[in-house]
Amino acid sequence: MAYVGPIVRPNLMSFTAPCTAGLAAVFGFVVGNAFGSPFVGVIIGAVFGFALAYVLHQFSVPRTAGRWATIGLLAVVGLLLTNLGGAIAGALIGAVLSWFVYWLDTGDYRKNVPIYYTARETLWYNTFLFICGLVFFFLIAPLLPVMWLSFNAEDFFTFTPEMLSFDPAGYSLKHYEDFLGTDEWMVPLKNSLIIAPIATLISVSLGTLAAIGLSQSHVPGRQWIMAIMISPMIVPLIISATGMFFFYAPLGNWLEANLGLNQSFVGYVKVILAHAVLGVPFVIITVTATLVGFDNSLTRAAANMGANPVTTFFRVQMPLILPGVISGGLFAFITSFDEVVVVLFVGSAQQQTLPWQMFTGLREQISPTILAAATILVTISILLLTTVELLRRRSERLRGLSPG
Amino acid sequence: MSDTTSSGPMLAADGTPLKTSLARALRRQKIRALALIAPLLLFVMITFIIPIATMLFRSVENQIVSATLPEATAALQAWDQTSGEAPSEDVFQALFFDLFKAAEAKEHTKLGTRLNYEQTGTSSLFRTSGRNLDDVGEEWQDPIEDIAPALEDGETWYAMMSGTGSNDLLEARRALWNDMVPDTFNGDVGLTLSDEIAGMLPLTAAAYSDWAIFEALEEERDISTRDPWEAVYAALGLDLRNPETVAAVNAYSGPHAEDLQLVTANLDQMPDLMFRDAFADLDEDWLDPEVWQTIKIYSPDYTSGYFLNAIDMEKGPDGAQMRPENQQIYITLFIRTLWMSLVITGSCILLGYPVAWLLANLPLRTANVLMILVLLPFWTSLLVRTSAWKVLLQQQGVINEILVWLGFVDDANRLILMNNATGTVIAMTHILLPFMILPLYSVMKTIPPSYLRAAKSLGATNWTAFWRVYFPQSVPGIGAGSILVFILSIGYYITPEIVGGTDGVFISNRIAYHISSSLNWGLAAALGTILLAVVLVLYWLYDRIVGIDNVKLGG
Repeated sequence: MAYVGPIVRPNLMSFTAPCTAGLAAVFGFVVGNAFGSPFVGVIIGAVFGFALAYVLHQFSVPRTAGRWATIGLLAVVGLLLTNLGGAIAGALIGAVLSWFVYWLDTGDYRKNVPIYYTARETLWYNTFLFICGLVFFFLIAPLLPVMWLSFNAEDFFTFTPEMLSFDPAGYSLKHYEDFLGTDEWMVPLKNSLIIAPIATLISVSLGTLAAIGLSQSHVPGRQWIMAIMISPMIVPLIISATGMFFFYAPLGNWLEANLGLNQSFVGYVKVILAHAVLGVPFVIITVTATLVGFDNSLTRAAANMGANPVTTFFRVQMPLILPGVISGGLFAFITSFDEVVVVLFVGSAQQQTLPWQMFTGLREQISPTILAAATILVTISILLLTTVELLRRRSERLRGLSPG
Repeated sequence: MSDTTSSGPMLAADGTPLKTSLARALRRQKIRALALIAPLLLFVMITFIIPIATMLFRSVENQIVSATLPEATAALQAWDQTSGEAPSEDVFQALFFDLFKAAEAKEHTKLGTRLNYEQTGTSSLFRTSGRNLDDVGEEWQDPIEDIAPALEDGETWYAMMSGTGSNDLLEARRALWNDMVPDTFNGDVGLTLSDEIAGMLPLTAAAYSDWAIFEALEEERDISTRDPWEAVYAALGLDLRNPETVAAVNAYSGPHAEDLQLVTANLDQMPDLMFRDAFADLDEDWLDPEVWQTIKIYSPDYTSGYFLNAIDMEKGPDGAQMRPENQQIYITLFIRTLWMSLVITGSCILLGYPVAWLLANLPLRTANVLMILVLLPFWTSLLVRTSAWKVLLQQQGVINEILVWLGFVDDANRLILMNNATGTVIAMTHILLPFMILPLYSVMKTIPPSYLRAAKSLGATNWTAFWRVYFPQSVPGIGAGSILVFILSIGYYITPEIVGGTDGVFISNRIAYHISSSLNWGLAAALGTILLAVVLVLYWLYDRIVGIDNVKLGG
């Protein structure tokens, strides 16, 4: 950011206190509305906000003490008015309000803007940050109630009063026991864990070879080959699923009749092939992107020193493009692990995967076990995300692109 | 400096001309590259491109009508569909034999279902008529068996029809069977039709061959002892309506000629039933010219009918015409799909632009941390996110509970956020937002911040600097993100299915419905083809604007 000048503390009576009163009035309105008298709420809120800013400023209360005092005070008020849930809401309001007072009063609100910014520009900048905050909230917040609800003691998809008042009786792990202890969920999980890795293996091995071929300097019809290989990502899944449905049904019958293969085995083969082809574009895209930065003189140097092409590939090229291959593989894995449309059309009941079970569960019977499954999946995706992020940093370090 | 001598071209180390040597090296390089690509290319072609191409082909394929009713559709070509009358006796006669075969093979209901897509009521018409065709055949079977009791027995028939000959008729009938039910009727029937009898009693020989092929190859029974279908007796009765045939039979001396001559001697006991009346008795809809018009319109092997259906049109007597208002759904659905995808794309731009700007302008370390907030939903299972929105949006859901708790919404009038278009738009905006933010971010990252400062130092206001300097440079990012989001959203299936109810579903849901519930696969394929065409045009645009090589996944 640009040059930041000395921090100037704003005037209390003309700025900090009225602003705090304004924010507190908004909270007051919301709380008052909950008790049926929004107008009274606004007045109480405004007065309280003004007083809070005045007290914290005039008596120079240290930040930590001031904030905890406000949080505690509002939590007690919330507890007296309702129950434990109210106390938590009060504490949250207190945290926001006290943070706001100190943010204004210490001049922190101008910390990130250049000194020459006018009041309106500063206001706009902070509003902008607030809007971005809301968008981030929109991105992440929907996942939180799912995790919370998965500990519900009842078989409902909604919050019970016990949950809201943080009564331990309202919480249980029974949906996790359901998930981990019944065939209804463990068989699909097992299927997913059979199908996804094999499909990933196929798409990664074929995809890496093809990506290396595509990155050579002279490839006839490169544009077309690329378009064909990317197409599984572009064609709407429902169309892919329909096409595969018509293709795999007779193929499966033929395999069963002519090669005498077991029906369930053929079912797995069909789903695995279908998922492998869906994962191909991701591998192609990530590996070709990695190969763009690959220094071809390394392979020539290896050849120069007597390595044959296979040795060169495994000892020189592969270690360098490995991060790209792994992250392409992760994409392929998640594509298969998360895929439901194609498996619905191509698979039979024996190949039911986890997303399939969740889909039917969501459409037909609503059981919070889905939420337990969802929470576990979110945890897995956090782990995967961390892996990819670490790989990316490693790759950039290896290629010396950025400090990471 | 040059190695060339005056005597010839430049040579490589092994003595070949350098030009040839280089060309060979280049060729070898190309072959090696293609050899690396080939396995995957083949794999994608076989398991993806070809299935989709064959699926698209289903949208015009229409062999079922002419394969199930080969002779009736051939006879129908002479019928004048503007006459307002049902066709003549010969069409009904051909229909009887065709439909009898189809009913035995249980194929008539499939045809009925197929034609029912075009004309409601056809399905039950075919089903009930197919069930009762035996009764029509018995009109002949009973008197023939009374006159010549030997003809009750399968052995008599087998001896009478067998003989020596080229068996051309049998092979022709076999080909017709295989048209109707592909690859079922291969193998030895165990019958050589007598050429003499086939020439004398053509309908009977054809009907008997049909029965023999079906009995021997589908039912796998011994045809020499089994009794033939009622239709064979009807065919014999029809053959004997021709005086020349009667004369030929009377002069015939082959096996069981005496039984046939018994029948010709008692022709007065044979019914003079007309098939037109018989079918009218079965169901008077058979006299409805509209039924016949539908059969005639759909008798060619390829049809544009499914495509016309997919855009709410139908084939009338004078070519394509719009369907009645109350049957028009697909154009509305296509428009809704496009419109909702546009709304979703718009809201993604609106929400994604500020965030991408923030990420591109913050210090790298902070930006990377915030980037995780964008990537986490991107990496989370689609079904998890969809179920999250179900939890949030339902009537007893989190959003409604909070609003009721805070007193903004009356408990009795909870907001209906789900099972309508609102739910689909909200949930899909959330799901597709990362696909907007990531391309926007990678474009904005390349815009130097000094441009904005330069504009301001030249006297531009904040707004002008943004709108005239920064925004135009970020347009490629908006374009890339929009097309990506748009392509993904018009093909979406899962989320609209779960939170969309009836008002919030897309064309994909209709395709899935036709594949798995109504089984109108041709229509599903036609709808899919149109959708695919739209997507491919967008893909082409995307390739032109961004270049498919430049797609980035997760930063």
